[in-house]
Amino acid sequence: MSDLTAGKVVAAEPTAAKANTWRPVSYWPFIMPAMIVVAAVIVFPWAYTIWMSLHEWKVGQAPTFVGFANYLRLPTDARFVESVWHTLVYTVLSVVLPVALGTLAAVVFNNRFPLRGLIRGLFILPMMATPVAIALVWTMMFHPQLGILNYLLALVGLSPSLWVFHPATVIPSLVLVETWQWTPLVMLIVLGGLSALPSEPYESAQIDGATAWQTFRHISLPMIMPFLFIAAMIRMIDAVKSFDIIFAITQGGPGSASETINLYLYSVAFVYYDVGYASAIVVVFFALIVTLAGALLHLRQRTHWNDGGGSA
Amino acid sequence: MRTLLGRIGLAFAIIVIVSPAILFFLWMLSLSLKFEIDNASYPPVFIPERINWGNYAAVLESKRFTTYFFNTLIVTGAATLFALMVGVPAGYGLARMRARKAAVLILIARITPGLSYLIPLFLLFQWLGLLGTLWPQIIIHLVVTVPIVIWIMIGYFETTPMELEESAVIDGANRWQVFRHVALPIARPGIAVAFILAVIFSWNNFVFGIVLAGRETRTLPVAVYNMISFDQLSWGPLAAAALIVTLPVLLLTVIAQRQIIAGLTAGAVK
Repeated sequence: MSDLTAGKVVAAEPTAAKANTWRPVSYWPFIMPAMIVVAAVIVFPWAYTIWMSLHEWKVGQAPTFVGFANYLRLPTDARFVESVWHTLVYTVLSVVLPVALGTLAAVVFNNRFPLRGLIRGLFILPMMATPVAIALVWTMMFHPQLGILNYLLALVGLSPSLWVFHPATVIPSLVLVETWQWTPLVMLIVLGGLSALPSEPYESAQIDGATAWQTFRHISLPMIMPFLFIAAMIRMIDAVKSFDIIFAITQGGPGSASETINLYLYSVAFVYYDVGYASAIVVVFFALIVTLAGALLHLRQRTHWNDGGGSA
Repeated sequence: MRTLLGRIGLAFAIIVIVSPAILFFLWMLSLSLKFEIDNASYPPVFIPERINWGNYAAVLESKRFTTYFFNTLIVTGAATLFALMVGVPAGYGLARMRARKAAVLILIARITPGLSYLIPLFLLFQWLGLLGTLWPQIIIHLVVTVPIVIWIMIGYFETTPMELEESAVIDGANRWQVFRHVALPIARPGIAVAFILAVIFSWNNFVFGIVLAGRETRTLPVAVYNMISFDQLSWGPLAAAALIVTLPVLLLTVIAQRQIIAGLTAGAVK
């Protein structure tokens, strides 16, 4: 693939010299350095990964061509299949909760109030902060005996939880961190949508005596739907790939209760050094992300159609 | 009366919404300033009577901390500067060529998990004998910084006016001169946004370092992670280290929140 791109660039150069017109060819020199970098660090790894996925190859040994054997091994690998389920559960929760809470937060931030800029700056701190540093503090907060979270539960009369130290609660606990971290991004995207809305529908709604909820449900929500969709899409892509938080807090444990595809991929590649099999996981993983994105797009088109039917 | 109630309701809603973020960082600060007895007490001590600056001293005085700090500075600095050098002209070229299709490649880069770059590049670095130096990390951080810079600069150059550039061409300036003396100065705010975001995401990166860094070439996030697993079990110094690592990013976020928000929503809202 990298050869193909390079070939295109070379082919474009002589035409630039010959035609000597404004655009578009004369801009190639601006783009070329970046093209080389992108080819080296993005296109090359991709092509090489596909090649490796067709080989039985452990680091330190010679690769042997095995065709699709690595791919065929995946469905029979119980640990991989389990990791797919963990990833799906983790992803669905990590899309739904931040999108719901982020939309609520956006509605609040869409008001005028003093110190709005500063408060917004504080609100987005969780998503900008270094994930490993955050994970470290959450680990302390999750501590069953000394952690602040169980103290807070006790304050409101709830029984303590084992949080990330029990297989049943580990994924919801990690989703809690993920939600805390990424609700601000959803808020920013939805706020961008809210602030661009026209004011006329709101004025007439006010005249008609609509409640705040009715106004939000029937005027704001349909109009910001495209933004909710974009937020959900970005959230999905990031949640599927989530690594830092899970790795730093649980390393996929206890046992393998929070081992997502990305965590398993790490083990296969850099603990077992089985790079051929790991490359097959990468390809399937990427296909899964694209499929999920496609499913979201499909969902959006269907709801879009329903909206159109409703208003007509 | 109704507006007063509305105002109180709004104030309440704002407090509810920002408190998880604020209380978390305050708790982090509290953990980092307490003696071990206070950190291990139940019910928890929120505001300590005796402040233990020793936690910070312990982190800052350790010899390796300086090494890791400069490693992070070199990796992030080099990866960001190089990304600006190739990414700003590329964003300009792509915007002027209206080559929106090129953005697809950047989207693919955005979708691909970071680990998938690591396997082939790890083997390449091994083959080149670069492991053990900072080069592998500088190079692989380009995976993070270059797409951000190109993405933001395409968006920015698309909004800057063409008229000035056209009149410069009529005055006899060549393409490079137009870029250097007309387009670039106007694009300074956009470059600032690209710079800030590239620095933050590179600084925060963990996954590349955990694979590629050796004992001498760790960046701060990797060093902090290793503290959890090996050296430190007491919470005070751990929290202090975590806060030191992320403090530059937190400060940058509060100071430059306007630019950061503009950059993060640039792709999404358009």
